[in-house]
Amino acid sequence: MLRLKLEASAAPAWQRGLIPILAVVVTFALTAALVVLARANPLEAFYYFLIEPFTARSTAIEILVKTTPLLLTGVAVAFAFAAGYYNIGAEGQLYAGAIAAAWLGPQVSGVPAIVAVPLMLIVGFAAGALWALPPAWLKARLNVDEVVTTLLLNSVIVFFASALLNGPWRDPISGWPQSPEIAASAHLPVLLARSRLHLGALVGVAAAIAFGWVLRRTAFGLRMRAVGLGREAARFMGVNVARTTLIAALVSGGIAGLAGVSEVAGIHYHLIESISPGYGYSGIVVATLGGLNAVGVGLAALFIGLILTGALEVSRALGVPSYLGDVVQATLLLVTLALLLLSRYRLRRV
Amino acid sequence: MNVIEMRGIVKRFGVVIANAGIDFDLAEGEAHALLGENGAGKSTLMKILYGLYTPDAGEIRVRGRTVHFSSPAGALAQGIGLVSQHFSLVPTFTVAENIALGYTSGVRFDERAAAVAVSATAARFQLDIDPATQVRHLSVGEQQRVEILKALHRECRVLILDEPTAVLTPQETESLFAAIRRLVEQGLSVVFISHKLDEVLAVSDRVTVLRDGRIVSETPTRETSQASLARLMVGRERDTTPYVTFGVSRSDGAVAGPPLLRLEDVHALDDRRLPALRGLTLTVGAGEIVGVAGVAGNGQRELSQVLSGLRHPSRGRVVVGDDSVEITRATPAEVTAHGVGRIPEDRLAAVVADLTVAENLALEHLGEFMHRGRLDREKMRRRAEALIAEYGIKASPDDRARTLSGGNLQKLILARVLSRNPRVVIAAEPTRGLDVGATEYVRGKLLEARDRGAAVLMISEDLDEVLALSDRIAVIYEGRLSGVLSASEADPEGLGLMMAGRSQNPQISQMDTHGSNDLRPSAPSADFPVGRD
Repeated sequence: MLRLKLEASAAPAWQRGLIPILAVVVTFALTAALVVLARANPLEAFYYFLIEPFTARSTAIEILVKTTPLLLTGVAVAFAFAAGYYNIGAEGQLYAGAIAAAWLGPQVSGVPAIVAVPLMLIVGFAAGALWALPPAWLKARLNVDEVVTTLLLNSVIVFFASALLNGPWRDPISGWPQSPEIAASAHLPVLLARSRLHLGALVGVAAAIAFGWVLRRTAFGLRMRAVGLGREAARFMGVNVARTTLIAALVSGGIAGLAGVSEVAGIHYHLIESISPGYGYSGIVVATLGGLNAVGVGLAALFIGLILTGALEVSRALGVPSYLGDVVQATLLLVTLALLLLSRYRLRRV
Repeated sequence: MNVIEMRGIVKRFGVVIANAGIDFDLAEGEAHALLGENGAGKSTLMKILYGLYTPDAGEIRVRGRTVHFSSPAGALAQGIGLVSQHFSLVPTFTVAENIALGYTSGVRFDERAAAVAVSATAARFQLDIDPATQVRHLSVGEQQRVEILKALHRECRVLILDEPTAVLTPQETESLFAAIRRLVEQGLSVVFISHKLDEVLAVSDRVTVLRDGRIVSETPTRETSQASLARLMVGRERDTTPYVTFGVSRSDGAVAGPPLLRLEDVHALDDRRLPALRGLTLTVGAGEIVGVAGVAGNGQRELSQVLSGLRHPSRGRVVVGDDSVEITRATPAEVTAHGVGRIPEDRLAAVVADLTVAENLALEHLGEFMHRGRLDREKMRRRAEALIAEYGIKASPDDRARTLSGGNLQKLILARVLSRNPRVVIAAEPTRGLDVGATEYVRGKLLEARDRGAAVLMISEDLDEVLALSDRIAVIYEGRLSGVLSASEADPEGLGLMMAGRSQNPQISQMDTHGSNDLRPSAPSADFPVGRD
């Protein structure tokens, strides 16, 4: 009789590099069933998903526009995850940054852009970090599970934003739940003419580069990774685990806050209720798929940006619901996690 | 009559032989203690009896009939139950529900009938427990009683208790022993796994001592004593002096310098907030190795944690160096900064397995690897290469620590510790699990550190190791020292007694309490000022 035994044994490095690619293939195989259910040809659907967006200038740029917030939330999540702090609150921290931007934006009219724009980014970063502080402090001091606290605080701030927009900030003329428009000098400059691509994209790239640099090139980054990979051993070697966790969590919140500024000051120019279609949660997919390293996160953000753009294309061309994009993302996260887990084991005949 | 007869049981895990041909009998109405150090093979033997492991060779007979268990279900069907240290209870279920769980059939569950049945079983064995209470409201001792009741309710006639007192308070231990005696009176058989001598003597009718996977003794309890059991558990026969281990020899006659490590009346709680160290006083001088011997679980782990900055004493002081720096409540970083090198018993608690060798070597002193605000990875790498060469570590700087063998991992930790020239070295179980070559290397390095003038405190359950390396030997028992003596005075007999808690030479331990450091009778008396400030 064939008997198999499961044993712990890490896959070689070259195989681990193939995990994201394999994850994408498996995900499309799984979601093909849904496409068929929606009475469309899966191959055609995947053409619109993956290829069509590149064929026109407007959609190709739109990929980058969608990538911008994903890159920021992805880096934010990866920063925290690398320190072993499971920040599920990037969505809420993004809203904190967006609220701060919507608050500051109208007040800086007359201030030159060279001052106003950095000020917007700083305040947004601070707001995101501030919103990340309570769960981070509870984790560092009392070891309260951050997954629960960061997740639950997301709803709190989304409803707080909604309360602002339906109360004090409601547009007095149209009656729409949207905040007063921010000053022109607070707009993130557009990078390419006749497009929505704005400075936020460069901020995202800078954040990714800084993330990689901190992780690899600084003492703090090494301590952070030590805490993330082995909390007890890091403590034994004299790393201040509580402080490292706290700082990583705050920086993570700050970067997610930048994503909020980027959406308000780069795209909408005011706060609206649906400022984020879940960019904070997609950041978890981006960080995980990207293997918590800067280059990987950048590629993963581009890929999810493509999926989000492609979902609209598929829906337009074939009448498939655009929710398919969300399904693809969620499936991708699950498949990636499953593959990461499986890569640590191998089956052996006994 | 024997309920259980195990014959020639062999069990290997890779190259490690956990059981090397063990014969074990359990009579009806008997409490049979299975005694041995950690890793002696006690638990393995009982897991084989309970069907958790299948033996590589050997035979098990239950009431004379040969059986083969492929799972605990088979053992339970034969009336064999095991209560492990880790309870499998649902906290939000009542006692009755927990006991009925996995034992009821059909669709309907009659809560009241279950409670009545459980009450009946509890009454039959005089185990005091309320079947309607939720398990989460019970103390650890009561939860253990539920586990025992669970086995009894399934009509088990053989009960294996795996280190049952490890999680209990002294009062709970007493009540467990009373319960065991009642069960035995009713004709049940109990196997009691322990490494605590007094408990074995208190509760068992017969005691079997295991060492290195073999039975070294099997006697009626009333014919033995703590001292002889202690010796059987840990001691190989002592040969002639001086002690030599694999070519590493101790140069006798070294005179200790001024005290570099002083523990003054140190008290500490364990993870369960019970007292683990209860007034420990000890001094280690420059250029000496003090070995702390003792049966496992007498506070060694907490002692090494206190000295590593991982656990803060509830009372007392820890002082290092001739400048008497207090490290009682220091963090691990501060302890290291004050010149204390730490080798912990669990090597994987000292390195981050998924960081590289170079990173693990540098992490304690990152300040030295900074270059204009950046981490100088090239310098880290060169430093790692130098240490790898000096300490003969078989690895490259970029290997993850996870990929290193136990011996190489220990060399990595040694390199990190000893390359700093620490004035105090805390080495806990420095050679546990290492092969002969690595053991020799580690011991040689500890002696080198001693000869260089460091104060070395070595905590080891391996009595041979303590005898081979120590200049003085301190015996720890229930969180206190039951004595300190010079290596030349030590013999396994006396150490055995002290490990069982008897103060062999009160005068010597008295002297140490008063801070005198040099206890070797032949050596000149200490001429440096010591004592409490």
